[in-house]
Amino acid sequence: MQTAPDFDLMFSALADATRRDIVRRAIDGEEGVSELAEHYTMSFAAVQKHIAVLERAGLVTKRQSGRRKVVSTNVPALTAVRRLLDHYEELWRGRIDRMADLLAEEEEKER
Amino acid sequence: MTVTAVHKDAESLTMSISAEFDVGKERVWQLWSDPRQLERWWGPPTYPATMTVHELQPGGEVRYHMTGPEGDQHHGHWRIIAVNEPDSLSFLDTFADQEGNPNEEMPQTDVSVLIEDLGDGRTRMSISSVFESVEAMEQMLAMGMEEGMTLAMGQIDAILAGQPVR
Repeated sequence: MQTAPDFDLMFSALADATRRDIVRRAIDGEEGVSELAEHYTMSFAAVQKHIAVLERAGLVTKRQSGRRKVVSTNVPALTAVRRLLDHYEELWRGRIDRMADLLAEEEEKER
Repeated sequence: MTVTAVHKDAESLTMSISAEFDVGKERVWQLWSDPRQLERWWGPPTYPATMTVHELQPGGEVRYHMTGPEGDQHHGHWRIIAVNEPDSLSFLDTFADQEGNPNEEMPQTDVSVLIEDLGDGRTRMSISSVFESVEAMEQMLAMGMEEGMTLAMGQIDAILAGQPVR
């Protein structure tokens, strides 16, 4: 069943530097849990826990490949988070454009 | 280009945007302090804003509504936190009910405005918005959706005309 992305869960998952790094590395979707764990000084269990948080937030998926569990980033989910902020930027760009128009209009009148 | 910088931080749910204008600081301040001017830029042309209460003083409020193409009205409310004319302003922006009273159940956006003199009759205005949750951001955007559509249309027009898109 396809459910709507939980943005709050995603943002809190991304609030951690290690988890952001895992998301970045898993974009290629080639490394397994144990290979990912080798990049960090923390324990294998700790890395596993971080991956579980990301998986619950829908930011990464795990798939079995032979004896390995390969971790891949869910790129569309990551883009959705980003898009919300982009949209808000557009809202303010529109407002600032209208401010500039208002100021320019007045200058015209003064001439 | 009026907008000079944009910074978006997904982790802290913050968006900051800066713009420069070829007018003095006092003139930029009026865009906020004069409700008739505020009305002309707060809402998009398809959802013009009407300010019904406008008290720019700490603890004061601004009540407004935006009127849609079908005559539908969307009410909003600011609670003013700090005012330092003509340098800065901060307020909590939220949704309001049909009577214009702030809806306590709705999330708030913390907005800070900073106005700086750049010399030579130029002024920089920086706006920083902090959302309390992603839900808050989604709700804010649902209201600005119409404007996003208009912008997208403009970009499609530019593509069709063979012009570079921003």
